[in-house]
Parts: sequence; structure tokens; C-alpha cells
Amino acid sequence: MVPLEHVIGLSAILFTLGVIGVAIRRNLIVMLMSIELMLNAVNLAFVGFNRVWPEGPAGAAGAERALDGQIFVLMVITVAAAEVAVGLGILISMFRNRDSVNVDDVSLLKW
Amino acid sequence: MPVEVLIKTVFILIVVVAALAPVITWIERKQSAVMQDRIGANRADVGGITLLGLLHPFADVVKLLSKEDVVPEGANRIMHLVAPVIAAVPAVVAYAVIPFGGVYDFGGEPLSLVVANPDWGLLYIFAIGAIATYGTVIAGWSSNNNWSLLGGMRASAQMISYEVTMGLSVVGIFMVFGTLQLQDMAQAQDTTFRVFGFLEYLGLHLPPWLGRFPFVLPAWGIFLQPLSFILFLTTIMAENKRPPFDMPEGESEIIAGYHLEYSGMRFGLFFMSEFIEVVVIAGLVATLFLGGWTIPWISQEAFIGAVAPIFGVGFATGLCLVVHFASFMVKVIVMIWLQMALRWTLPRFRYDQVMDLCWKIILPLSIANIFVTGAVMLLVRGQP
Amino acid sequence: MTFPAFLFYTFAALAVLSAVAMLMNVRNTVAAAMSLVITMVALAGIYVLLEAHLVAAIQIMVYAGAIVVLFLFVVMLLNLRSDDFAPPRQRLVKLVGALLGVFVMSELLRAFGGLPEFRPPPEGFGGYRQVGIALYTDYVLLVEVSSLLLTAAIVGALILAKRKID
Repeated sequence: MVPLEHVIGLSAILFTLGVIGVAIRRNLIVMLMSIELMLNAVNLAFVGFNRVWPEGPAGAAGAERALDGQIFVLMVITVAAAEVAVGLGILISMFRNRDSVNVDDVSLLKW
Repeated sequence: MPVEVLIKTVFILIVVVAALAPVITWIERKQSAVMQDRIGANRADVGGITLLGLLHPFADVVKLLSKEDVVPEGANRIMHLVAPVIAAVPAVVAYAVIPFGGVYDFGGEPLSLVVANPDWGLLYIFAIGAIATYGTVIAGWSSNNNWSLLGGMRASAQMISYEVTMGLSVVGIFMVFGTLQLQDMAQAQDTTFRVFGFLEYLGLHLPPWLGRFPFVLPAWGIFLQPLSFILFLTTIMAENKRPPFDMPEGESEIIAGYHLEYSGMRFGLFFMSEFIEVVVIAGLVATLFLGGWTIPWISQEAFIGAVAPIFGVGFATGLCLVVHFASFMVKVIVMIWLQMALRWTLPRFRYDQVMDLCWKIILPLSIANIFVTGAVMLLVRGQP
Repeated sequence: MTFPAFLFYTFAALAVLSAVAMLMNVRNTVAAAMSLVITMVALAGIYVLLEAHLVAAIQIMVYAGAIVVLFLFVVMLLNLRSDDFAPPRQRLVKLVGALLGVFVMSELLRAFGGLPEFRPPPEGFGGYRQVGIALYTDYVLLVEVSSLLLTAAIVGALILAKRKID
């Protein structure tokens, strides 16, 4: 298999693409999708690191915590699902009020 | 090893996709005709010989291939082209984990009649079902048509709701069989169990005649988990948009919903993928609940043990393979018949009725099923 | 190159290309969502290569199969059409910032010297049985709290999207 650096490198590339997506796109849906991309990149890093320590961290409670990385990935997926639900709810009410999903149109509080 | 997988894949593609799906088209027409007291389609003939309408699927293929492929104006061409493919591929790929027969030992490596038997077999089916949603959604959106969009939206909501309940309704079966591998589940149904056996655990003593045939049933999923069978059949028919849940498809009863703007072989792909999914549903329900490839009351060892002294072990194993495969196909055909009968008997659900059914009735019932199964398992086995 | 390594590089290239396609696809939001699906499925393939089978199945079932469908549902509901990039000067500033982030990250990666090698995992690692046992014995509190979180999200989404509060 590939060295771990390549897995983490891929995770870093995807995370950076997510950040660039949030920065340069004005459409709220695509910004939410870029946030999902960032969360996916982080999940990949967790799974990759979990793979190189299959017997868990050193110390007495090592074996019990061997699958920590994957369990945290499940929690990240749960939180992402919750965040998407609420984010899309906000988007729908924003669309109802301003008839656009461009974030430049909700700049009333900007000085 | 890869050669074996390739042979099994080609066999499944030929037997199921190429041979069974057209036959199901014929079954649908003839069964609906018989149920509605009419003759049905029987005009397609070759040189004057009509085979009761068995040639109609070929006539269908010729017609669909020779029609013009229309792409509506203003539609997204790439999405319009890709959507039937996204709908058809998961339907065919789902056969990879359905076992057509058991594990047979011909002296060398044991031959297992399933293409792939991964550790998480049933999760694969759910994941593939999740991907199949996109075919419908993209077809509905890319047609640049209000009715298609409406059909696609309703389809997406219906399919993702029923995915949840589909998973929950078979948790009872996982708990009873203890495995997610479909081949192992089918093998676990190869035995029998005493129907009134649970009375022993309540302290009553069982008379011996109550422990023999016919109070001994094969350990099929439908006898061990009857509620799960009903819930799973309902949810997987709704997931694949089979009638009576075909709200996304025939919603206005005149306009065809998400595959409105499709003609020619692209519509043929949607049409075929629906019938391939009928066989997937039949195969899954047969494997999980009807004992798969097993014969009721006669386990594999009993069969081989009975035939081997007369004809030899190799022949006995081969005969057992053929009998098991035939048993599986019989169960699949019975389930196909049942789905067709349900289609032509029940009226279509309204959209809010479909959502109500999923979230308010099936979800609580499947969670209750999990609790009851856990309680009974704790009672019977002493551990959940 | 062994077969798993070849698969990994294929999936990695697919993931990066479809992520770029998602960002560059200005005119068509639905195409951007489909590119995100391709990224997620490629990542699920990489999870299988990294022996995280349950996580891969859940990634396809939940992430690619429900969350992105929800995005598509909202796009179709609101009938969203095209979109533009940010005005040039703002975009330039943000792009420079993002590139700085890339630079920092690459420096961090270069500092990675002593990462351990892949060792063969124990039997059943990443399978549903072990993860399930770990979830419901050691981390049962996490499961319960996440159920509370999901309930809060459902109630929040309902209230946000209601037409009027009565």
C-alpha cells in the first residue's frame, strides 16, 4: 500500500480545495458543499491515522481504543448530517426573504 | 479465482438480466390480463406462430431501438444521457451478493454460488440502493419540464425515507442470524426449529409428539420474523418505486413523471431497470426470509447423505446443486408473482399517505420489532 | 506498483478531479452536487483500502446517499439556476489567502518525517462487529448524545423552514 504521507497529502489537498471553495464561490449551496468536502478530508485523515495504529495507542487502555478514529468518523458524519439539515433550513428561509442564495445579497449588517 | 468470479458474473448476467427480465415483461402483461379477465398481448408472432405472447419482449426491444432519441430543448444533455445509466447500473450490480446456491465441496476448493460474499454483504445492498436514488432525481431535473421535476422531487423524498426504514426493518433478521453475509444467512436457514419450543423456556415440559413434524418448521426468516417480512417487503417495494408506491412515476396518471421526456432505448433502460429491480427484490426476500436456496425440511447434509450411497458423492453434490438452484428460482418466481399481484390489486398511494406510512407506522413498528426480538432472544438463548 | 496502490491513486485522482469540477462548475449547481457524489464514492473506495469497511458503507449510505440527495432536493425545490464568481478584487484577496493556506499545509507536511508504516491489522479490524461493540460498550454515551444532537437538528430545521410561526 501507499505510504501514509500520501493519504494525509490527499486529505490536505481536499481540505484546501474545500477552503478555496468557501472563499471564491458566492452561492450558499456550493459553500455548504465545500464545507462537506472539508469534513470528508478530515474523515480521511482520521481513517488513515487509525490504520497505522491498529492496536490502539500505547498504554494500558490501548486495545479498547483501537477503533477510535473510525468511531470519530461516524460522529463527524452525524454532525455533518445535522449541520446540513440546519444549513439548508437557513438557506430556504433566506431564499424566501431575499429571493436569492447569493451571500453578497445578505450584507445588511456590513459596515 | 478471478476466472470463477467472471464465470459467475457472466452466468448471472445471462440468466437474470438477459433471460429473466424479458420474461417478467411477459409475466406482467399476462398476469395482469388473467387477473383482469382479458386475454392480454398475444399478437407478436414469428411466421404466424404466436407463443402466447412470449415474443412481445423482443418486439418491445425492436420498437425501442428503432425510435428516435429525443432530448428536450433547454435540457442538460449530459445529465439527460447519464440519468438512465445511473438508474440501471445499481439494479444490475446488486446481484453480486445474492446467493444462487450453497457451498458445495467437489473435492477441491469449495464452490460457492455467489459472486462475492463480503463481510458486510447486506450493507452493500443498502449502499447500492442509496446510489440508485440519483438516477431518478437527475432524470427528473434534467428534463426541463415541470412534471418531471415534480416526479423527481417526490421520488427523492420517498426513496431516502424508505431507505431508513428498509435498514431498520431487517435488524431483527441480523439479530436472529448474527451475520450480514447473505450466503451465511441462507445457510443458517437450512435447519428446522420447533414451533412450540419456546414453551420449554417458560418452564413447561414439551410432549415428544409436539417436537416432531408437522410442528417443526424450517428455520426460515418468515417464520422467525413475520413482522419483519411484511415491513421489509413494503419498504423495498417503496424504495424501488414499485406500484402501489409509484407516485413518482404515474403521478398524474397520464404524464409519466420523471421518465416523461425519455424515448427510445433510454426509456427502455428505465423500463428494464425497473424489472431487474423486481428480480433483485425477489432474490433478496427469498434469501432473507424464504430460506434462499434451501429445501424445506431437507437440509443439505440429509440430501447428500440420502443420495450418495446410491449414486456416489460427486453426483450427489451435483444433484444437490441443481436442486438448490431450482429451489431458489422457484422462490424468486413466487415472489415475482406476488409483486405483480400486488401491483394489479392495490390502488396507488397518495404522496402524504406514503410519507405517513413510512415515518408514522413502519418506523415505530420496526423499532418495536427490534425490542421484541431482543427480548425473545434474551429469553431463548440467555444472551442477546 | 501493487494493485491496492494502483487503486488508491486512481481513487485519489478521481476525488481531486471531481472536487475541482465541483468548484469550477459555475453554471450548473446540480452538476456540482454530482461531482461531490463522485468525490464521496471515491473516498469510500479509499476507506475500504484502509480497512475501514463499516465507515465506507456508512459513507455511501448516509453521505452520498442521503446528504447530497438533500442538497439536490433543495436545489430542485428552489429551482436555483446559475451563479457567478465573486467580484474580481475580493476574489483575488481570498484566493491569495487560500493559496497561503496551501503553502502552510505543505510546509507542515514536509515536517512529517517519522510516520509509521502500515502493519497488517488484527482480524475483523474495521468490520461492523468490532465497531458496533466499541460503539455500544465504550462509547455508548457518544451514541446517546448524537441522538440528542440529531433531534435538535430536526426540530431546528423544521422551525427554520416553516412558513409562519403560529
